[in-house]
Amino acid sequence: MQDLYREHILDHYENPRHHGTLEHADFTHEESNPLCGDRIRIDVKLGSEGDRYRIAEAAFTGDGCIISQAAASMLLEDVMGKSVDEVEQLEPQHVLDLVGAPLTAARVKCALLGLKVLKTGIKLWKLQRS
Amino acid sequence: MTNDERRATGDGRLGAYEVLRPTLDTSRIRADFPILAEQVNGRSVVFLDSAASSQKPVQVLQAMDDVYRHAYANVHRGVYTFSEAATERYEQARVKIARFIGAPAAENIVFTRNATEALNLLAYSYGRHFLQPGDEILITELEHHANFVPWQVLAQERGLRLKFIPISPEGRLALDKLDELLTPRTRLLSFAHVSNVLGAITDPRPIIQRAHAIGARVIVDGSQSVPHMPVNVVELDCDFLVFSGHKMLGPTGIGVLYGKRDLLDAMPPFLTGGDMISAVGFDGPRWNDVPLKFEAGTPAFVEAIGLGAAVDYLSALDMSAVRAHERELTAYALERMSEVPGAKIIGPTDPDVRGGVVTFTLDRVHPHDLASLLDREGVAIRAGHHCAQPLHIRLGLSATARASFYIYTEPHEVDALIEAIYKARHALKR
Ligand SMILES: Cc1ncc(COP(=O)(O)O)c(C=O)c1O
Repeated sequence: MQDLYREHILDHYENPRHHGTLEHADFTHEESNPLCGDRIRIDVKLGSEGDRYRIAEAAFTGDGCIISQAAASMLLEDVMGKSVDEVEQLEPQHVLDLVGAPLTAARVKCALLGLKVLKTGIKLWKLQRS
Repeated sequence: MTNDERRATGDGRLGAYEVLRPTLDTSRIRADFPILAEQVNGRSVVFLDSAASSQKPVQVLQAMDDVYRHAYANVHRGVYTFSEAATERYEQARVKIARFIGAPAAENIVFTRNATEALNLLAYSYGRHFLQPGDEILITELEHHANFVPWQVLAQERGLRLKFIPISPEGRLALDKLDELLTPRTRLLSFAHVSNVLGAITDPRPIIQRAHAIGARVIVDGSQSVPHMPVNVVELDCDFLVFSGHKMLGPTGIGVLYGKRDLLDAMPPFLTGGDMISAVGFDGPRWNDVPLKFEAGTPAFVEAIGLGAAVDYLSALDMSAVRAHERELTAYALERMSEVPGAKIIGPTDPDVRGGVVTFTLDRVHPHDLASLLDREGVAIRAGHHCAQPLHIRLGLSATARASFYIYTEPHEVDALIEAIYKARHALKR
């Protein structure tokens, strides 16, 4: 019973990293998983060096199952300082590796909600700028 | 009331009647369900999700297998032996189903894919033909999306008003509001006989009488009642009844629309094509008679035959005994759940008015996490909004956990559920 909810997942759930909202965010995006009602909102502040934009700060809020919330916490920890282009290229497997627990197909969607929110947020931000 | 009268009412309130009946011999029943011998994560499966779809007995599997092996050919069009044999079995299944719900004749039974398609058929055929802008449709806050979305779409398209019977604090329909909700413009009322989330059993008769008194037509969504208790359409006097075969031991892909004959006759077809016409010329088609008018294309006749076998199986058990068995299990589960700290039952806690559906939340444990952890113990429950999002909005919950029972469920499986909940709490350090 333990393997799915190992210590580090429970830890991210109990003590989420980068939890909250940001004032003056460059973009904010929120989505929920229509099947289970998991919801995640991510605020992002960008830093730029010329044309390259990086994730300078990010914060999430949400509610839902342990997997969805813990995975969002792990994701934000992981993407800090990465360029937006790099984040856009992140494979779902990357997040599943961060989570590191065996997930059934139905639960994979929970784990990937944060990544979906972040990627869509970046896409919409790019669209708005162009 | 005599016992037979009680049995005919289909409101699930059996009162003293149930003690007269033996409940089900579950060990004999379980021997008919090969899947219940399967292991999940190294344990015998504890299947508590029959409200979503039931398991199937060998009798149903064999009835279908037998058609494919010995009597398979397309129905209604052939004059050779196989086709006639298949047609006869298909039409026999219709007769069995008509008898099962007390319908006056086999012609009252239209085969659909499932309850959802039956409701869509009604929205398209009855709704688009008989309802005028400004008319009102009354449904309830607890409906499954299948009995919600088709009416929302119809209302938008036709300029109708969609109104809702609210939920009472104890998780039943607030029928004290019915009189103010029914107006001279109410043309159609559609509601679930048993809620798939709250488990609440609603006695349809007083509602139907009041709706008829103002000239409105009534659809009963029997998806969670027909599989679990006696339902008699003549006693209820409903205009339409819909249900799905897969929730009552039958295969997927087959459902039923019961309708009063004069209404079915007056309604235009839903889908058009083969089988549903009596003649096609270059100037246009002539519709076939009811029920074939509503069965365009090659029907799921093997599945219908499977459903016929399912109905035979349930009839042999006696639907009153099925209800008594589930009532007992529900009472036991409600009692055991009340011992679990932080567990909250959603819906009525009186087993007399609750079907075999026990929906709950667990303090500080998300239903999805709970369902995943229970699966590790071989216990299958459902977590989510159970296709009743508007109800969850009303309840202020994004998701709930649901255990549901059927003829093969045994009390020790309720114990396994409770034990697994304690283990899950422990694993999550809650
Ligand atoms: C009350 C109710 N109505 C309608 C349905 C829809 O059934 P189906 O998906 O088989 O069409 C269900 C199934 O969950 C149900 O519980």
